[in-house]
Amino acid sequence: MNHEMKSPVYVTDTLISQDIDAYLLKHQHKTMLRFITCGSVDDGKSTLIGRLLYDSKMIFEDQLASLESDSKVVGTQGGEIDFALLVDGLAAEREQGITIDVAYRFFATDKRKFIVADTPGHEQYTRNMVTGASTADLAVILIDARQGVLTQTRRHSYLVNLLGIQNVVLAVNKMDLVDYSAERFYDIVADYSHFAKQIGMDSFLPIPISGLKGDNIVEKSPNMHWYQGPTLLGHLEEAPVSDTRMLDQPFRMAVQWVNRPNLDFRGFAGQIGAGMVRPGDAIRVLPSGKTTTVKSIVTYDGDLDLAVAGQSVTLTFADEIDCSRGDMIVQSDQPCEVADQFEATVVWMAEQEMLPGRPYLLKIGTQTVTATVTEPKYEVNVNTLEHLASKTLGLNAIGVVNISTDRPIPFEAYAQNPDLGGFILIDRMTNATVAAGMIHFALRRSQNIHWQALDVNRDAHAALKNQKPAVVWFTGLSGSGKSTIANIVEKKLHALGKHTFLLDGDNIRHGLNRDLGFTDADRVENIRRVGEVARLMTDAGLIVLTAFISPFRSERQMVRDLMAPGEFVEVFVDTPLEVAEARDVKGLYKKARSGQLKNFTGIDSPYEQPQNAELTVNTVELTPEDAAERIVQYVLREMS
Amino acid sequence: MNSQSVIHTGGQVATLTHLQRLEAESIQIMREVVAAADNPVMLYSVGKDSACMLHLAKKAFYPAPPPFPLLHVDTTWKFRAMYDLRDRAAAQAGMELIVHHNPEAMEKGINPFDHGSLHTDMWKTDGLKQALTKFNFDVAFGGARRDEEKSRAKERVFSFRSANHRWDPKNQRPELWKLYNTRKGKGESIRVFPLSNWTELDIWQYIHLENIDIVPLYFSDLRPVVERDGLLIMVDDDRFRLREGEQPMMKSVRFRTLGCYPLTGAVESNAKTLPEVIQEMLLTTTSERQGRAIDHDQSASMEKKKQEGYF
Repeated sequence: MNHEMKSPVYVTDTLISQDIDAYLLKHQHKTMLRFITCGSVDDGKSTLIGRLLYDSKMIFEDQLASLESDSKVVGTQGGEIDFALLVDGLAAEREQGITIDVAYRFFATDKRKFIVADTPGHEQYTRNMVTGASTADLAVILIDARQGVLTQTRRHSYLVNLLGIQNVVLAVNKMDLVDYSAERFYDIVADYSHFAKQIGMDSFLPIPISGLKGDNIVEKSPNMHWYQGPTLLGHLEEAPVSDTRMLDQPFRMAVQWVNRPNLDFRGFAGQIGAGMVRPGDAIRVLPSGKTTTVKSIVTYDGDLDLAVAGQSVTLTFADEIDCSRGDMIVQSDQPCEVADQFEATVVWMAEQEMLPGRPYLLKIGTQTVTATVTEPKYEVNVNTLEHLASKTLGLNAIGVVNISTDRPIPFEAYAQNPDLGGFILIDRMTNATVAAGMIHFALRRSQNIHWQALDVNRDAHAALKNQKPAVVWFTGLSGSGKSTIANIVEKKLHALGKHTFLLDGDNIRHGLNRDLGFTDADRVENIRRVGEVARLMTDAGLIVLTAFISPFRSERQMVRDLMAPGEFVEVFVDTPLEVAEARDVKGLYKKARSGQLKNFTGIDSPYEQPQNAELTVNTVELTPEDAAERIVQYVLREMS
Repeated sequence: MNSQSVIHTGGQVATLTHLQRLEAESIQIMREVVAAADNPVMLYSVGKDSACMLHLAKKAFYPAPPPFPLLHVDTTWKFRAMYDLRDRAAAQAGMELIVHHNPEAMEKGINPFDHGSLHTDMWKTDGLKQALTKFNFDVAFGGARRDEEKSRAKERVFSFRSANHRWDPKNQRPELWKLYNTRKGKGESIRVFPLSNWTELDIWQYIHLENIDIVPLYFSDLRPVVERDGLLIMVDDDRFRLREGEQPMMKSVRFRTLGCYPLTGAVESNAKTLPEVIQEMLLTTTSERQGRAIDHDQSASMEKKKQEGYF
C-alpha cells in the first residue's frame, strides 16, 4: 500500500466554497446509477469499492481513523489500511473475513450518484447475488489478472445475464501483479468473449485496473499506455440507466393503492413501469379489459401534463370503472398479455426444496396470487451451463419450470420489462421468500382449454343418488388405523344406502400413482392426484373416503381448496408414534428403523398434525368400531 | 419536482434525476406498506430524516392525508425546539400524533446524567417496544439510511422483527426488484425504511429543494454551551447539571444531528441558511454520527443495539 494514501487530500469542487447555490443547482440534475460488483473471494471486490469511496472523497476523517485502528486488529494488509474493512459491515463477516450478505454503498461524483450492491462470491450465496443484481443498471465483473476466467466468473456472468443486466464491465484487476501486461489482459478478454457468446451476452466492456494501486479507477493509468478506453469511474458516469430503456415502451402502471379520501375523489396510485402518460390518453384496465381515458395525473406538487417510467403518481379516470390493487393500467391500443400459465426461470432461495404441485403465493407487480410449479424441465448447472434432469430445485439451484396461477394475471416477458415479468414465490406456511422467477412467455394451452358445460351436472348426479357428495379425508401415521376405520365407515354407509368409494394406497399406489416414490416431491404429487380423483368422484355424486398418510398440511389444504365449501371432512386418526410403531402391522417401522426403508413418515420424514380437522379420533381411547360410528354420525348429520 | 424538469428544451425526455428516482422509490415503498399492513405507524424523531420521511408520506397519499399516525418515543430530554416542531408538523400534516413515555423510566427518573447507556436502553429501546406492543402496530416506518453506519448498509428495506422485537441479521429475506414480501407470522412486526437509499447529502438537498420545515437547531445561532468530554453540549434548560468549574458560554453553534440535548454535540459554525449548512457539510471531514455519544464505544455497537430492538 502506498504510504501517501493514509492522509487523504480533500479536493472539493471550488464551486462549493465560492458559490454554493450554483453548486446545488448543478447537482440537482445528477442522475443515479445502481451497479453490482461481483467476483470470487480474492478478486479484490471490497478493496475496489473501498477505493471508489476513498477516491470520490466519501470517507470521512473519523471513519478513516476507525479504519486505521481496525486494519491493525483484523486487517489483511499487514497493518496497512485495509479498504475491504470499509465495506464488510456485519461483525460476523468481519471476523470470518468474508462477505455474506448484500451491502449497499453510496458515493457520488459531479455527474452521478452511485449505489453499489456488494455481493458475496461463494456459490452458497447465489441468492444474495441475485438479490443485488435485481435492481442493478450495470454489473462490474472482477477478474484477478493472475487467475483469468474462473468457474465463479462464469457463474456470476451467467447470473448477471439471467437478471437481464445489459451493461457489463469486465474489470481485470490486480494488473500491478502481472506487470501491467497487455498480452495477459487481451488473453483474458479473448477467453471471456468466447464464454460471453455462449451465454448470449451481447456485449461487455473490458477495463484493466488495479483497485489497490488506483490504476484506471479515476485517472488513466500511467502504467498502461496501451489501453485507450475509459477509466472505470469514467464509464460508470456515462453508462445508460434502466429507466431510460423503459421510456420507449407502451404505458404500463400496476395499481398499488386506491386513493379515496372522500366521495368526490377516486385516484389510482402506482409507480409507472413503462412508457409515459398524459391526460386524455386512452387506457385499459387489465385483466378486466375495461377502457376509459386518463382525466388527470395528480401529485402533491400539482397536476402534471406528463408522467414517465419510474415516477410514482396518482391517476384519475374520466369514467367510473372497476379498478383495484393488482390491476394493470395500460395503453388502450397496446395492452400487455394476460395469462394463467407460464414458462419461467426460477432461482430457488430456501433451504427447503421446491415441491412441484404445492401451492405457493406468487407476487408479481402489486398482485399476489396462488400458484403451483411443475417439475423442472431442466436444472441449469451454473458452473458448466449444462442442462440437468431434476425432479426438484434445492437452495441456490436454477431451473426452468412451468407455473400455473389460480387466476389470469397481466404480465410481460422479463426480458422486455423486469417490473412486469419478475416475481417472487412465498411459502404459505412460513411466509419465507423461497424463490425469484423470471417469466419467459405464456403457455398457449391455457387459452385453449374450454370447460364443457355439462347438462348432466354434479347436482343431477347427487340428486339421483339422493345424497350430498363429500370427501372424508383420513390422515395419520402409518399403522394408525386409517384404512381399518375407513373400511368400517364404508360398510356402515353402504348399509345405509349411501353411494361410496374408498381410495387407499392399495388401489392408487399400484395403478394411477405407480410412477411415484416417497420423496417429498412425490408425496405432494401423490396427494394432488388423489385430490383430483376425489373431486371428480364428488362431481359424480359419491361420498369418497380416502386413507393416505398425507403428512403435509399444505397438500391437505390444497385438496380442501379443490372441494366445494363444506364437502371436505378431514379426519385425524390420532395415534402416537410409539403406539403405531408397537403395532407395526406391516413390519414397516422395523425396516425404517434399520435403514432399509427411506423417507418413512415419523422416522426420517415429518408428519404435520392437522390444526383444524373436522374430526379427531384417538385410537388409544376408542376401538375402530367406535371411531367409525362417530365418523358415520358426523357424515349423516353434516351431509344431509 | 414537477414534470417540467424531466423534459429537455428540445422536447426529448431525459432520465429522472437522482432525487426524483429516490422520491419515487420511497413513495412506492410507503404505498406498499399501506396496502399490506393492518395497523401501520410512522416513527417520528423530529430530526431532518423524519422531516423528509413525513414530507414523502404527504406526497405518497395526496390528496388524502397519510393514513397512519405519527409516533414519537420521547425521553423528555429532547431540545425544546424539537417539541415545538413536532406538534406543528403533525398538525400541518393532518395526522394523529402519539407520544409515548416509558412509565418505568419516568417513575425511576432515568436521565442522561446519572444513568449512562441505561438512559437510551430504557427510554428509547424499551419505550419503542412498549409503544409498538401497546398500540398493536404491525408495521413501523423508520427514517434510517444505509449510508449512516456499516450494519445498516446491509439491512433490508422491509426488516422483520420477531415477537420480541429482535432483528436477526443472518436470516433476512431476499429482497428482489420492487417486490416486498409483506407477509408475517402472528406477533411478528416489520420495520420499514423508505429512506434506505438516501445519503445525508440527498436529504439536505431535498429539504432545500422542497422547502421542508426543519428544527432551527440545524442552523447556526448563539447558544449557551459547555465543553464536556470533547463535545460541545448545549444547556437547553435548567435541568442541566453543571460540573464544577463549568460555565455556559455563548457560542455560534449548530447541530448536525439531534437527540437528547445532554448527549448531543454541537459544532461551531456560522452557517445560518440551508445552502450554507450544505456547504459546510460538503467541506467537512467527519461523519455525522460522531456528534452522538451513543455508538462511540465499539464499531459493532449499533449492530448489537439493533438486534436488541433499538431502531
